[in-house]
Amino acid sequence: MENKELICVNCPMGCRITVTLDEGRVIDIKGYTCEKGKNYAAQETVRPMRVLTSTVRINGALARVLPVITSQEIPLDMMEEAMEAVRMLTVDAPVRVNQVLIPHFLGTDADLVASRSMKKI
Amino acid sequence: MRNYQAVIIGGGSAGLAAAVTLKQKGIEDILVLEKDGEAGGILNQCIHNGFGLQTFKEQLSGPAYAERFEDQAEQLNVEIKLNTMVTGLNAQRQITYVNPDEGYVTISADAVILAVGCYERSRGAVEIPGERPSGIYTAGQAQRYLNIDGYLVGKKVFILGSGDIGLIMARRMTLEGAKVYGVAELMPYSNGLPRNMKQCLEDFGIPLYLSHTVTKIYGHDRLEGIDIAKVGPDRKPVPGSEIHFDVDTLLLSVGLIPENHLGDEAGIEMDPRTRGPVVDESYMTGIRGIFACGNGLHVHDLVDFVSLQAARAAEGAARYIREGEPEGRTVNTAAGENVLYVVPGKIHTDNVPGHTEFFFRVRKPMDDAVLTVRAGSKVIRTVRKKKLIPSEMERLLLTQKQLTGLEGDLVIEVREN
Repeated sequence: MENKELICVNCPMGCRITVTLDEGRVIDIKGYTCEKGKNYAAQETVRPMRVLTSTVRINGALARVLPVITSQEIPLDMMEEAMEAVRMLTVDAPVRVNQVLIPHFLGTDADLVASRSMKKI
Repeated sequence: MRNYQAVIIGGGSAGLAAAVTLKQKGIEDILVLEKDGEAGGILNQCIHNGFGLQTFKEQLSGPAYAERFEDQAEQLNVEIKLNTMVTGLNAQRQITYVNPDEGYVTISADAVILAVGCYERSRGAVEIPGERPSGIYTAGQAQRYLNIDGYLVGKKVFILGSGDIGLIMARRMTLEGAKVYGVAELMPYSNGLPRNMKQCLEDFGIPLYLSHTVTKIYGHDRLEGIDIAKVGPDRKPVPGSEIHFDVDTLLLSVGLIPENHLGDEAGIEMDPRTRGPVVDESYMTGIRGIFACGNGLHVHDLVDFVSLQAARAAEGAARYIREGEPEGRTVNTAAGENVLYVVPGKIHTDNVPGHTEFFFRVRKPMDDAVLTVRAGSKVIRTVRKKKLIPSEMERLLLTQKQLTGLEGDLVIEVREN
């Protein structure tokens, strides 16, 4: 059995949450004040998940790069691999916001999507 | 001279929200002046997520948040002049601007809304001694180069100041392959939001040096290294505590200041604490018909509140255009114990329409505190707060009834239990 302490980042309250793990499995969570905090703490101690935002090259737009975002969180431990895939990608204008650029990004449930529209110039 | 019902200076998050609200309130003859080649302001380079939780109940990127407001503005036929720099504003609400299509133009407006944003405190403002090589940028400048122009400004990076943009750039540059050696913060606590501390520094093992500052810069043409040192309670460097880092880039994330040279030129009274205009509850400045909102009024940490506040300012402007100035007595608001500033800086105590929302920041982190609002010795409201930190702006609502007939300054103060 092992206790992990973390501070919830969902809201300004910053609750100090203690998660008790037994061989990597969550068996108790204490100190949270809402469901969101409880879920965050459970996920965070097992495998932290994050939304990735970055940019990819774009041809034919006003800017040189297009901001992109994962449509949902992906594992934090996959960020390096994710950035390699992002660096390889070049898109052509026009692009619509939320347009899928890479579906099932790295085999996860998330898509890599454009996080704004860009006109062709 | 062409006269508009309302002219909005700035097409960023505040300006777009103000324009949309004016149109919704039936003020049709309006114009937005934007210096950049597209609307959206600073949001365009803030590609990280977390925007819009209040407004849209979703976590959007900065550009996606801006696009929602741009789409609304387009649907409502808001006229936006891009690449247009406002060079002058006077108390008669005459505005001079320049752009490549029209040259030098003067217009006037029944109401002017300043939505001019803020600028970053620079190296000169924090007085770092040493050489003057290239490789020293404000965090927002490096962000613009990377997220709009596609250039990474360096490979070995140190960051001075734990402001949110600095933290966001620590993560962003790490993901782009740079090595971020650390973040130094002069104060004994972080100036960034807790979620940024966690997700931008801890996630990548980037150390935070609290009570530290940069004491020396090395390098002639390009930055080659820096020294940081511990600071004492007087915030002066402690000799012998220096740590050296070989870096080619130093980012400064040491604060934002409302951009107010137009306001100064028009003779608007400024609040020395926010460094933005003093406004009343309708967001009108000391000069009739000139309103202010957003980061040009006081620096916000969440764009959602910028949009909300800009909408209130637009409602104030719409009311002024139709009914003229609010009448009756005003009282000043004041930052009491442990409070850094209060916005609005004055309020009408009669004919206050509905609730009035106050924005303020505390001076230091506090747990289990009691917030008191009083006018003279009369306590109007007390609120218990579990946690207060300077990096999170606080909001407080007072009702029409609570504000009617007040005597003396309205003071907001916070004490630890």
